[in-house]
Amino acid sequence: MDAGERPFPPGDYPALVIGSGPGGLQVSYGLRQQGVEHAVISADDGPGGMFLRWPFFQRLLSWTKPFAPAARGTREYQRYDWNSLLADEPEARSLQADFLDDTSYFPSRPGMQANLETFAERTGITVRYGTRWERTRREEGPGGTIFVVETSDGEYRCRVLVLAVGIAQPLSPATPGIELARHYAETRDASSYAGRRVFIIGKQNSGFELATGLSPWASSITVCSPSPAKTSVQTKSLAGVRARYVQPFEDSFLGLGVRIIDASITGLTPVGDAIRVELRRTDDGTAMSVEADEVIAATGFTCPLLDLPDLGVATFGASRLPAVTPFWESATVPGIFFAGTISQASPGLKKHGVPANSGAVHGHRYNSMVLARHIAETRFGRVTERASVAPDDLVPYLLREATAAPELWHQKAYLARVVTVGGAGLRDEGIVPLAHALDGLAADMVAMTIESDGQGGLYPVAYVRRAGALSEHALPADPFLDFETDAHRAVLSDAVAGLLAGARAR
Amino acid sequence: MATREELADTLAGFALFADLGSPQLLGVAGLFEEVAIAQGQRVLRQGLTGSGFYVILDGSAEVRIDGTARSMLHRGDFFGEVSILLGEPPTADIVASTPLACLVMGASGVKPFLVDHPTVMFRMLQAQARRLRNANRWRS
Repeated sequence: MDAGERPFPPGDYPALVIGSGPGGLQVSYGLRQQGVEHAVISADDGPGGMFLRWPFFQRLLSWTKPFAPAARGTREYQRYDWNSLLADEPEARSLQADFLDDTSYFPSRPGMQANLETFAERTGITVRYGTRWERTRREEGPGGTIFVVETSDGEYRCRVLVLAVGIAQPLSPATPGIELARHYAETRDASSYAGRRVFIIGKQNSGFELATGLSPWASSITVCSPSPAKTSVQTKSLAGVRARYVQPFEDSFLGLGVRIIDASITGLTPVGDAIRVELRRTDDGTAMSVEADEVIAATGFTCPLLDLPDLGVATFGASRLPAVTPFWESATVPGIFFAGTISQASPGLKKHGVPANSGAVHGHRYNSMVLARHIAETRFGRVTERASVAPDDLVPYLLREATAAPELWHQKAYLARVVTVGGAGLRDEGIVPLAHALDGLAADMVAMTIESDGQGGLYPVAYVRRAGALSEHALPADPFLDFETDAHRAVLSDAVAGLLAGARAR
Repeated sequence: MATREELADTLAGFALFADLGSPQLLGVAGLFEEVAIAQGQRVLRQGLTGSGFYVILDGSAEVRIDGTARSMLHRGDFFGEVSILLGEPPTADIVASTPLACLVMGASGVKPFLVDHPTVMFRMLQAQARRLRNANRWRS
């Protein structure tokens, strides 16, 4: 390709990836690693996706520890680095730590952008930028379904379409007068709120990010939605408002200019230069009103799926997430897959109510790698050779994974290390969605995961299928998270004894 | 569902939430999470711990015990509560027989939710009484 020539001109490709955020870059990396020819297009001018603009206050929620129990560049270090993408090349691993500004282990937004730009550069991931996806249609041919993707540059045709377009389309409620409010995405520079009374609709992270960032400027802040806020400290997971944004709660408890109210917003009306917000309390239905100079709707975002619902892609929820299989394929239109933050559409088991981290880079980067292998194997016949596991090695191998595997630690009860028993003995199936291991694999197997009980307990769980019967074996918790002790060996050895006997007999 | 308001309207039509007023329904809508389950996927798994409380928004699901279909669940029905109330794993698989949209709440949220919303608890009790009555009829 000549300098300045744009890659991936419109035309036919086996697979097409749309998006150049972390999801698009990671799935493209994975597809290339699996030998699947594909094009990548993006409406943006460079890599980064949502991190080209957000978080609004320019500091991420997810951290990267520059100093950790594991060395940078190792697989084990990924557990302490929530922001780098995954690569085999040493020069492309653990990149985020090189882009911290020494004031925080939460990277700045520009630092995250630099991390992603460097990843794309060092891995040689190419993207056709400035190419906007506009319409989609489906054509049935002798070779099966072809997706035709119409873009600002022309038409792309592919058998497999992977969407990594984020959840980035502003969503506002249908409240009367909502046009008087601005969406989170339209928030101005913080200093322009000096002395203003600010009313924030929504009690998710974005609402409390605004409350935290505007506290030094606004004269008063009200955060309001019908349901009470939950914090991650209460849920003992990443569900709820993150610890970084708890200052407004403290200010509210102390009566220091922040109010957190459980009420539905029934309407907004102009009152001179101000806005009157009409409320109805959730607990007893009492009507209230409050005046504000600024109303900001921190009410979330939806998936920009354009016309895919017209093609039959079923969606659900306020964010219009696609309904998907455990391998992130549309449940209603086979051949369309989703990567990046949209991969949270596959809920997994949500054991004890604890969600996976698929909405964040440290979760969906693993989903992307699993997805790439799945696409390669099921759509292009490029099957990754499975390593064999010696029977005597099975227990120590699984306990090592439970102690150190970042996939299991970041995607609890969602991704699992799976070993099956076949004609040739024990086979390492790699990292697999747990829901697929439990429901989609017929072979005798053991699936090792890490789980949280929702009360702060963290422990490995082994699921064993033998002769069609599935059993669950929780291993002991350990205060130092060391699962390679004699006690763990004893419990796991007992759990897999039948499997091992079967494997040795073959 | 597009918005929390639409979700609250849907819940208002379900027997379980029939006694709640509009502001309460909006609050309840925010306590649950929406999930979609592909046809043929299991939602609850017999014998596995840590399941949740589900309310069906759209679609149907089959109740299977030891692989045998026993009954069907439809829009407005709920499941998973018995396992949570007893602190035991589910005694049946729940399998999506169509694309399924549900609301889900983790086990730890169920007790405070029911205590805060006694009319929902009463409706749930009524539903359990009907199930018990029907089971007794089936046995006799």
